[in-house]
Amino acid sequence: MDALKQELKENLIEQLNLEDMTTEDIANDDMLFGDGLGLDSIDALELIVMLDKSYGIKLTDPKEGRSIFESINTMAAYITEHRSK
Amino acid sequence: MNKVYINSIASISAQKTFDNSLFLTEIENYEANVIPVINPNYKDYIPPAAARRMAKGIKMGVVASKIALQESGLDTIDAIITGTGMGCVRDSEKFVSAIIDNDEQYLTPTSFIQSTHNTVGGQIALELQCKGYNFTYVHASNSFESALLDAKLQLELDEEKNILIGGVDEIGEHTTKIHKLVNHVKAEAIKTSDVINAQTPGAVFGEGANFFVLSNEKQASTYAEITALKTYNTLPETEVLHEASNFLKENNINIEDIDLLVLGNNGDVDFDTFYTKLTEGFINTQQAYYKHLCGEFNTASSFGFWLASKVLKTQTLPEAVKLNNKDTASFKNILLYNQYRGENHSFTLLKQC
Repeated sequence: MDALKQELKENLIEQLNLEDMTTEDIANDDMLFGDGLGLDSIDALELIVMLDKSYGIKLTDPKEGRSIFESINTMAAYITEHRSK
Repeated sequence: MNKVYINSIASISAQKTFDNSLFLTEIENYEANVIPVINPNYKDYIPPAAARRMAKGIKMGVVASKIALQESGLDTIDAIITGTGMGCVRDSEKFVSAIIDNDEQYLTPTSFIQSTHNTVGGQIALELQCKGYNFTYVHASNSFESALLDAKLQLELDEEKNILIGGVDEIGEHTTKIHKLVNHVKAEAIKTSDVINAQTPGAVFGEGANFFVLSNEKQASTYAEITALKTYNTLPETEVLHEASNFLKENNINIEDIDLLVLGNNGDVDFDTFYTKLTEGFINTQQAYYKHLCGEFNTASSFGFWLASKVLKTQTLPEAVKLNNKDTASFKNILLYNQYRGENHSFTLLKQC
């Protein structure tokens, strides 16, 4: 699980061009949207594509994303349970 | 009709031009066939959250706009008019490559929404909070001139007071590769100082952003007055000098009144002949060239416009751009001529004020 969390942080920084951030800057329970990392709706779309491409998870209901993308912890838990690759 | 003035300028190029207090005092010499810009510190001008989705062309455009606006002393602008030949070509390449590499699946929105030609104009408007007229001209090597013409007409007719205009293009890796295949880019790396005498086909490619605040009100910072502008999609080599004479006549100026002729020579043996033909009528006129310093790109002529503006204000001509041995005591009228591969010609006339 820890390896997955580290991988998610690296992907997040690369995919979302978080230029000035390192993986150490993102805590596992940091809020990704809103007051936390400050991600927005375009980033949410990037994350949905990332889940599909990297882990074979298709999110059909966008409302699901709200709880899945809350933090690195929630993302890692969902991916571990639902991944097909 | 109102007169139109250049009230401020900004340039991001392969030279250290982003500092307006300098005027090509130190020349960056390259030995290459593609030359990128010298980057200013973009973080000084764009907040990190906004910058993270911006491609290089957008960053160059936004920063050049902010420098120009700052020099003009204005907080806001009435309109933004951008000229670009290739737009945000890097994001276009990224998006199209993603379609191919991922078999038309897993497409992400960022590069797509940032890949259009008018992204630069849009991002400048967001950064400057300008809700006025915003237009982008995409017309190959006449893109900047088209933007200039639009602004000139609006200011002459008093539809706007202050307009930000600019030319911006970025180097795209894949696009450059294609231009190399068809010999539009020189096959050989060439020194900056040797470009003019290259005698080989193709040009040294470059990129850049040159922005200007134009106004129908003169102020202390004013660089020059834009007297006239004319563009042509096609113009035979044999007609260039004749058209230049007609253009000057239409504006009640003789060839002898031109103190400096600024030419768009790029060292392409097949097309620099257009400039040679024109100079046959300007043998007693001082001549300058600039594409060896900034490279060739669709809006490279905006660097020539920047150069001419600076010459008129400072009354100095940097050694690195001198094309012949003529000397001029003072610069009052400057004629610019540009074309690319024998198409999209333009004459621009600037006057000291």
